[in-house]
Amino acid sequence: MSAATGTAPGPAAPAAELEDVARHYPGGVRALDGVSVRIEAGELVGIVGPSGSGKSTLLNLLGTLDTPTAGAIRIGGHDVGALGDDARSALRATGIGFVFQQFHLAANITALDNVADGLLYTGLPMRRRREKAAAALRRVGMADRAGHRPHELSGGQQQRTAIARAVAGDPALILADEPTGALDTATGEVVIGLLRELNAEGAAVVVITHDREVAAGLPRRIQVRDGRIAADERTDGARSAAVGGVRP
Amino acid sequence: MGGRRRGAPRAPVPARLSPVDLLRTGASGLRARPLRVVLSALGIAIGIAAMVAVVGISASSRAELDARIDRLGTNLLTATPGDSMFTGETAKLPKGAAAHGERVGGVRRISEVAQLDDASVYRSDRIPKGESGGITTYAADLGLLDTLEVEMAQGAWLNEATSRYPAVVLGAKAAAQLGITEAGPGTLVLIGAEYYSVVGVLDPVELAPELDRAALVGWGVAGDRLGMDGHPTTVYARADPERVDEVRELLGRTLDPENPNEITMSRPSDALQAKEAVDAAFTGLLLGLGGVALLVGGVGVANTMVISVLERRGEIGLRRALGATRGQIRGQFLVEAMVLSALGGVAGAVLGGLVTACYALWQGWLVDVPLWALAGGAAVPVLIGAVAGLLPAMRAARTPPTQALGAG
Ligand SMILES: Nc1ncnc2c1ncn2[C@@H]1O[C@H](COP(=O)(O)OP(=O)(O)O)[C@@H](O)[C@H]1O
Ligand SMILES: [Mg+2]
Repeated sequence: MSAATGTAPGPAAPAAELEDVARHYPGGVRALDGVSVRIEAGELVGIVGPSGSGKSTLLNLLGTLDTPTAGAIRIGGHDVGALGDDARSALRATGIGFVFQQFHLAANITALDNVADGLLYTGLPMRRRREKAAAALRRVGMADRAGHRPHELSGGQQQRTAIARAVAGDPALILADEPTGALDTATGEVVIGLLRELNAEGAAVVVITHDREVAAGLPRRIQVRDGRIAADERTDGARSAAVGGVRP
Repeated sequence: MGGRRRGAPRAPVPARLSPVDLLRTGASGLRARPLRVVLSALGIAIGIAAMVAVVGISASSRAELDARIDRLGTNLLTATPGDSMFTGETAKLPKGAAAHGERVGGVRRISEVAQLDDASVYRSDRIPKGESGGITTYAADLGLLDTLEVEMAQGAWLNEATSRYPAVVLGAKAAAQLGITEAGPGTLVLIGAEYYSVVGVLDPVELAPELDRAALVGWGVAGDRLGMDGHPTTVYARADPERVDEVRELLGRTLDPENPNEITMSRPSDALQAKEAVDAAFTGLLLGLGGVALLVGGVGVANTMVISVLERRGEIGLRRALGATRGQIRGQFLVEAMVLSALGGVAGAVLGGLVTACYALWQGWLVDVPLWALAGGAAVPVLIGAVAGLLPAMRAARTPPTQALGAG
């Protein structure tokens, strides 16, 4: 079974594309307004901006957890507006991985089970889910902690487990909302390094960060202010991942 | 899956959860909160336990009563004179009534007794007259023991010889009341003005409990020494079990041909059978109470589920982010509610079965817990859980994923 997005043959479709997207809330709150942005397959993008500027709103739209009040969104070639709730769920199950500031790990089960349960909605049988979970934990360097429960892990280890869960199904798009927000600087660097590695292996990664240094190290930075894109800069350097990189 | 055109891929289709995975997700929320599971399943468990125990105890009691009726037979008939409305004195049957009755077709055995009103019974002459203690003296014919199918607890029944001499057989309660522990020629009680030897003590007579408080003397001695006039006061008859109704009809007319309407015929086993009907009505009432407990249990489960859904918005958001559809979230919480009350149901069925077994054994009954009650006790809560969980599950499914994650 192949992921529904990102693995289409021919020239890679963009991982995500927003066209004049707005997200308004009742009461006149314009969380996002007139946002157009294109994220290529395999790209590594940072989203920066002050608190309340609309970063999370943007990420939720990219992740199809939310729908825009205006404009069009395409994820891996799918016109999200044309998909029903079930199809969007299926798209998330195989095409998109999420990492949250608060980890969102189930407390009473092991790291391995947390990662394996991340694949529950892909339709893989339990044995395959556990195999892939074990592989994902190896990828994030957590193989030796697979049997630990979240409370037996440090914050950094918990976030690595959450990242393993996000990447276990090999999604084409990984979305991380302030993944280092609950971690100290050193641990945060490890987590960002991990996201870079995963990006190098082929997935497009979009990461919201408050950390200026972290942001500066990313090949592309989208600056959000008052619900609009204030700047969209790229640095061409040795540290940036190849656009449209080949997946393993 | 090939042949997908670039730019217009087919809409992704969600994968179905296998039944095992559905059950696992449903149980996962319960495993995390064992104490809450126990407390909210308790209501269901109590309701089911009460209902299973009520059904089980009443079934066991009925089985016991059936066995007792079987053992005692339903073919004993009792004939007594009806209330004589005009004459003030104790009504009596005609002399030789039993002998007449013997000729009725379908009568297997028949015996008569005559109540002797003026023959009080005492342990000795030192006991004041007022304390006769409700023991009644009867003259009995020799066939009475066989007609009643009762055994001797001690000693022997009257025979041709002892029935002509001052000898007495006591009913079980009468013996206890007089303090008789051993029957024998040396054990004496005072009847009227003379001492009688206690030659035997009867076992309790279940179908003729009036004889438990009786002092039975022979027909001959009663006539000679206690002023018995030969009129019986009660006739006992054992009928062919197939012809009981017919015998009951005929016997009434035969025993007192001159006043056939003044005889009261009764069938003592009817009282036992009536007890079964009363038990059934009482069981219905108790079942209703168990149903109320079950309803309260269902409300408890619904309440727990509502709280659970509110508390677990973070988990719901995460699952939605991982690709769960609304239907799969709904299914998870519905299964959780069903598993929760099913646990209560199984615990209740086991508890109800144990209560029944203990009660029945304590009463010395047969244990009879109907299988349908156990199966129903385990299965019905699944339905209750489905109903109780429906609204909370729908609410969980409707929770917007972004809001759910933000709250978590
Ligand atoms: N559910 C909501 N209802 C109303 N306003 C909202 C809601 N969610 C977010 N907002 C508003 O949208 C704006 C952007 O929020 P958000 O995207 O969370 O900002 P950021 O992640 O950059 O801090 C904020 O002003 C916030 O108050
Ligand atoms: Mg935010």
